Amino acid sequence: MLKINSLVTSYGSIKALKGIDLEVPAGSIVSLIGANGAGKTTAMKSLVGIIKPQSGTIVFQGQAIQGWPSHKVVGLGVSLVPEGRRILARMSVLENLEMGAYQRQDMEIQADMEKVFSRFPILAERRNQLGGTLSGGQQQMLAIGRALMARPKLLLLDEPSMGLAPLVVAEIFRVIQDINREGTTVLLVEQNVRQALKIAHYAYVLETGKIVLHGTAEEVAHNPRVMEAYLGGAKGMK
Amino acid sequence: MFWQQLVNGLTLGSTYSLVALGYTLIMGVLDIVNMAHGEIFMFGAFTGLILASHFHVNIFVAMLGAALVGSLLGIILERVALRPLRRRAVSHLAPLISTIGVSIFLESVALKVFGPESQAFPQTLAGKIYTIGPMQISLVQVVILAVAFGLMLILRFWLARTKIGKALRATAESTETAGILGVNTNLIIVLTVSLASGLGAIAGVLVGLTFNAVEPTMGMSMGLKGLAVLILGGMGNITGAMFGGLILGVAEVFSVAYGASSYRDAVAFGMIILILFVRPQGLFGAKDQTGGR
Ligand SMILES: Nc1ncnc2c1ncn2[C@@H]1O[C@H](COP(=O)(O)OP(=O)(O)OP(=O)(O)O)[C@@H](O)[C@H]1O
Ligand SMILES: [Mg+2]
Repeated sequence: MLKINSLVTSYGSIKALKGIDLEVPAGSIVSLIGANGAGKTTAMKSLVGIIKPQSGTIVFQGQAIQGWPSHKVVGLGVSLVPEGRRILARMSVLENLEMGAYQRQDMEIQADMEKVFSRFPILAERRNQLGGTLSGGQQQMLAIGRALMARPKLLLLDEPSMGLAPLVVAEIFRVIQDINREGTTVLLVEQNVRQALKIAHYAYVLETGKIVLHGTAEEVAHNPRVMEAYLGGAKGMK
Repeated sequence: MFWQQLVNGLTLGSTYSLVALGYTLIMGVLDIVNMAHGEIFMFGAFTGLILASHFHVNIFVAMLGAALVGSLLGIILERVALRPLRRRAVSHLAPLISTIGVSIFLESVALKVFGPESQAFPQTLAGKIYTIGPMQISLVQVVILAVAFGLMLILRFWLARTKIGKALRATAESTETAGILGVNTNLIIVLTVSLASGLGAIAGVLVGLTFNAVEPTMGMSMGLKGLAVLILGGMGNITGAMFGGLILGVAEVFSVAYGASSYRDAVAFGMIILILFVRPQGLFGAKDQTGGR
């Protein structure tokens, strides 16, 4: 569904992505893991056109989309849940969700909004509250709900578990699995490697702008280097 | 006396509000001060004047024409002076300077084309005076109040309820976030600048009617007042711009009425300074929004 080929992205003279290759098959969950500063967020931003990549190709459903402006990428069916949630703080929960459906013209927006509310009941309770007044966990739910309102074919998530309590993290990962089972392909960036590898089908390990390892989630989880660096030693993952 | 002055002050203030709204909209979406706004306002006044005096159109048609010319100038301003700088992520001072350039250019063109002397609207609206209790209100004032408050109400409603209004607010919060939600933010920016300029141009006609004088230098003084209102109301705050304009207008008229006519601007601006001592973020501004953003 998504195929990235030797993608290079720079900030001025700093090369943050030094030619990465990555593939996301339709219907799967792919995890992209790596330490702080590895370039995960840069990869996500390059995908959705927030930053223009320097070279390389991004092909989504047969269409080369590198360098496209964000709103066009969204139009193809790619939604990003950005790092740090990026909720519209001065708009209500309801308006945030409406903005998620910005490019849609169909009649099922209201029904989808009810679906988001049933997935995250707390948002229904807070529907008229300003986004900026929600707690971190609630904001993450809103960010996911907002992205779903676009009915994406491919959902990109950048560290959805960041700064959340373990119970909420478990909830978020459960929701991501549900979304995938309902037919949405997922590319997940995570620091919470253990959880991310548990729900993923495939995984890529990014280190300082390069993919150093990839394979099925199972293979990656049992790779000694990954166990050492990301899973806290040999007994990390059974 | 008091009620009469209040009506006069609100009439003047509503035109200030309209001008300040233009600054506010652009400040909200682009985080910049558009220094050419006053000159677009002045071009609006001249457009209205020419339409009314040479083509003898109805005053509302003249306003519509002014709005169109203003919006068009706004679109050109965005293309010429703002977009090229936005692409390069330069300092915030760059668009300030480039819009000052546009303002000087527009004022020179106006001097050349319209001449330096002050011109007056044809007296079709004048004469009619209504008496309501202790107040006398002229037809011109009624038109100004109705147009200014009407436009402000429509704008509020449009921003709060319509899809494009919401996209504008989202873009104002974060261009990047609005983009990943599917908003064509470049389009919203052009729309905002042209909307702000159109409102400014209509305000030009209204102010031309208020003082019955239109001249190339009117943009400068009005521009400064609009800026003062922007700061008084709280940067980028719509409600602040509306109330700030009304407060400035009322303060000015009262300082004239109660004997300080040669100090009208001093009194008005002195009051703004006092308010800012107490509320540095402006009347309606949020604390964390002042300064940098
Ligand atoms: N706007 C920027 N300007 C300059 N350098 C940047 C910018 N954003 C990121 N970088 C650099 O690019 C590299 C990759 O950053 P990126 O944010 O993609 O990392 P990340 O993998 O998402 O890290 P984290 O897990 O901490 O979120 C880092 O070295 C960072 O310093
Ligand atoms: Mg990151």
